[in-house]
Amino acid sequence: MTSRRFFLKASAIAGGGLLLRAVLPFPALADNASPGRLTAYIEIAPDGFVTIRSKNPEIGQGIKTMLPMVIAEELDVDWQHVRIAQAPLDPEVYGQQFAGGSTATPMNYMPMRRAGAVGRAMLVSAAAQQWDVPVSELRTDAGVVHHDKSGRSIGYGSLAARATAVPVPSTDSVTLKDPKEFRIIGKPIRSVDNPKIVTGQKLFGIDTVMPGMLIAVFEKCPVFGGKIVSANVDAIKTLPGVHDAFVVHGNGGRDPQGVADGVAILAKNWWVANQARTKLQITWDEGSTAQQSSQSFAEQAGKLSGQTPTTWLRRDGDAADAIKAATHVVEAEYSYPFLAHIPLEPQNCTAYYQDGKVTLWAPTQNPAPGQALVAKALGIGLSDVTVNMLRIGGGFGRRLRNDFMAEAAWISRQAGGVPIKLLWSRQDDVRHDFYRPAGFHFLKGGIDRSGKLVALTDHFVTFSRDGKLADSAGLNEYEFPAALVPNLEYGLSMMDLGVPTGPLRAPRSNALGFVFQSFVDELAIQAGQDPLAFRLAILGEPRLIQSNPGRSNPRADFDTGRMSAVLRKVAEMSDWSNRHTLPKRTGKGIAFYFSHMGYFAEVVQTTVSTVGEVKLDHVWTVGDVGSQIINPLNAVNQVQGAALDGLGAALGQAITIEKGRVVESNFDAVKPLRMDQVPPVDVHFLTTNHPPTGLGEPALPPVIPALCNAIFAATGKRIRTLPVDTGMLRV
Amino acid sequence: MPYTLHVNGVPRTVDVDGDMPLLWVLRDELDMTGTKFGCGAGLCGACTVHLDGVAIRGCQTPVSTVGTSSITTIEGMASDAIGKRLQAAWLELDVPQCGYCQAGQIMAAAALLTQTPHPTDDDIDAAMTGNICRCATYTRIRAAIKLAAGGVP
Repeated sequence: MTSRRFFLKASAIAGGGLLLRAVLPFPALADNASPGRLTAYIEIAPDGFVTIRSKNPEIGQGIKTMLPMVIAEELDVDWQHVRIAQAPLDPEVYGQQFAGGSTATPMNYMPMRRAGAVGRAMLVSAAAQQWDVPVSELRTDAGVVHHDKSGRSIGYGSLAARATAVPVPSTDSVTLKDPKEFRIIGKPIRSVDNPKIVTGQKLFGIDTVMPGMLIAVFEKCPVFGGKIVSANVDAIKTLPGVHDAFVVHGNGGRDPQGVADGVAILAKNWWVANQARTKLQITWDEGSTAQQSSQSFAEQAGKLSGQTPTTWLRRDGDAADAIKAATHVVEAEYSYPFLAHIPLEPQNCTAYYQDGKVTLWAPTQNPAPGQALVAKALGIGLSDVTVNMLRIGGGFGRRLRNDFMAEAAWISRQAGGVPIKLLWSRQDDVRHDFYRPAGFHFLKGGIDRSGKLVALTDHFVTFSRDGKLADSAGLNEYEFPAALVPNLEYGLSMMDLGVPTGPLRAPRSNALGFVFQSFVDELAIQAGQDPLAFRLAILGEPRLIQSNPGRSNPRADFDTGRMSAVLRKVAEMSDWSNRHTLPKRTGKGIAFYFSHMGYFAEVVQTTVSTVGEVKLDHVWTVGDVGSQIINPLNAVNQVQGAALDGLGAALGQAITIEKGRVVESNFDAVKPLRMDQVPPVDVHFLTTNHPPTGLGEPALPPVIPALCNAIFAATGKRIRTLPVDTGMLRV
Repeated sequence: MPYTLHVNGVPRTVDVDGDMPLLWVLRDELDMTGTKFGCGAGLCGACTVHLDGVAIRGCQTPVSTVGTSSITTIEGMASDAIGKRLQAAWLELDVPQCGYCQAGQIMAAAALLTQTPHPTDDDIDAAMTGNICRCATYTRIRAAIKLAAGGVP
């Protein structure tokens, strides 16, 4: 601990308890990452109960249970004596607080273990003082310090007051447990909020109720970035049950995160407010985005594909020459649509503006930028914005953007300082998202006489916004199979986009996995090779491929050995080598993907009916996320969920833009998987000697190409466009 | 106009438009927020409650059509024998991820077990396919229904 920003502080709490605040640096996930800090916040009460503040938003990834597990393990307390409290946003106290990028495990695992171990060391020191015995004669066991020599024992609660006066050891000096001794980490621990969930208690953002609160709906321009000209708000105000209605001239403009123009309607009941929307007459100035459509983008992309890419990301060897000389050449166009996040809890936020300050109750994945966004929109200071974090009914990346917070704060202020709960309809949610950007890939690949992949080129037509790559669009220069194919070119061309885009679970990867792992499959088939053996041959000998040679970047450096191992294991689990015995129109497909520091290989088996219906028979997943699965019960749930999420998107989801607006509006058109479509999903983890990493995302990307490759195996039809067009699978 | 509803065995009087869906009577008039809003179109099942033991979509049921039927919501499941078993099974198998859909899932499952105490996989598909779980915890939902039914999950 070299920096003064990292410290440990012990203080007393009422009634003789110990409060321990440990501020710790988190490990750099990239060379160029700015140093950050994390805080563990632990209270030990005189009755021996330990309260751990859970600092990050809970979106269903299980963090509210998992981080306290890690602390409790090293503190050495009985899990039954741990209470978990959700922390509010306060970066001064808690450090980084967000839910995204599957980062919580790699950032927190070691720091939180150390924080727990510091607490344990202080309690042991307190016992040593009390009994006047050396620390070395003491041991702990589930919240009790034992002195075996004298047969004495004392609970943590009784030591807490004395421990506040013990010198705080440095986090480097404390001894961590041997993982073989773990009694909480690695054990199936149930999610802490489940008892409230199954009994319907208040928990989620949408459940917030305040005295005197009104409920708000907000009608925005269907065309992104449109401005309001006029609206019949006086007529709306006279409708029964409507308390207020007003035009909002927001600060959004081209910024989709700012407050958009629109009309707010306030009532005591959401249905009353939303019914009033049907009577709205609004004149919009739709702006230039009204010229854009999915179809025109596809046409434009086709034209651009005939030109030289505007940006070269990578040019290794001489791809054109290598393709000319190749024995097998495959040329293919792949594309995928915009996607919405569709969390089941529609966007909402409760806000109470009073005297230049605002308090929010927000289901947000990313509260600190939300606080800043609100401060900017209202022209007030950061310290005037208080954010309470509520449990989130699904994130998927949607709630990394906080437009709903700024809207709620604005509406509360414009309503004259009334507490309001802004609640979007499902239509609002589908039509005002930050979409996974669509994309168009024009690929060529060449295989030499020996069957080796020697050339690959991708001209990727993607999107820009105001001249820069659009959020979550584009491609990294180290995308697989970069550095594994001697002649390789990645080029970009961009089309200007007025539709807001943003990260969707496994951003970029959720699309690029489909493209590259499907195309690799095409190449294998063209060369007459087993798609598994072909992949293993590309991966080659086990080695680390640095994304930027000479500089470590754990988020991007790719270990071919770890990937080969998960591939071999999933092939074994799925009986890959006997796939030729499957019935007609049943097929298996295989794919792998590295993202969020996790290595996943997956096999899908599908049966395609003669009318083109795609039945999912079975999914096998194998992951390597390092040395320790922290909560196996939740880990399996996350992997199954991620795989099924990807399959749902591949089979039933697209967002279509027409005249600058979204065509789809509800679950009849944008379809997550349902019970009758869900196959068994087998999950297996290989544990390897690497730091533990996250599981919210990395199981998603490979499942889509595994499905598409399975469809090819079953039907001979190659899926190059998502979602899967079942019409082309009919006999 | 005033309506007297029988919610989890308790008479509750509300004064609302007869077209107002039961979902919004529960959530915004009676402050019973366990029943969730997901789509407003009967497509996701998050608002599932029972009318005389039968699963219905609260967002598609005008309050004027409820009459004297008894309404059961997730808040009433702990005092229902089947509901209690389902809640215990949900906890045992650690079903939820985000948890938002689970009230509706449990209500749909309770109606299923009332009709069909030992459901087959096909029965579960038929009864549960109207309920979306965006986190896709379906494998555990299926197992929890079987566990609550007294079978092996």
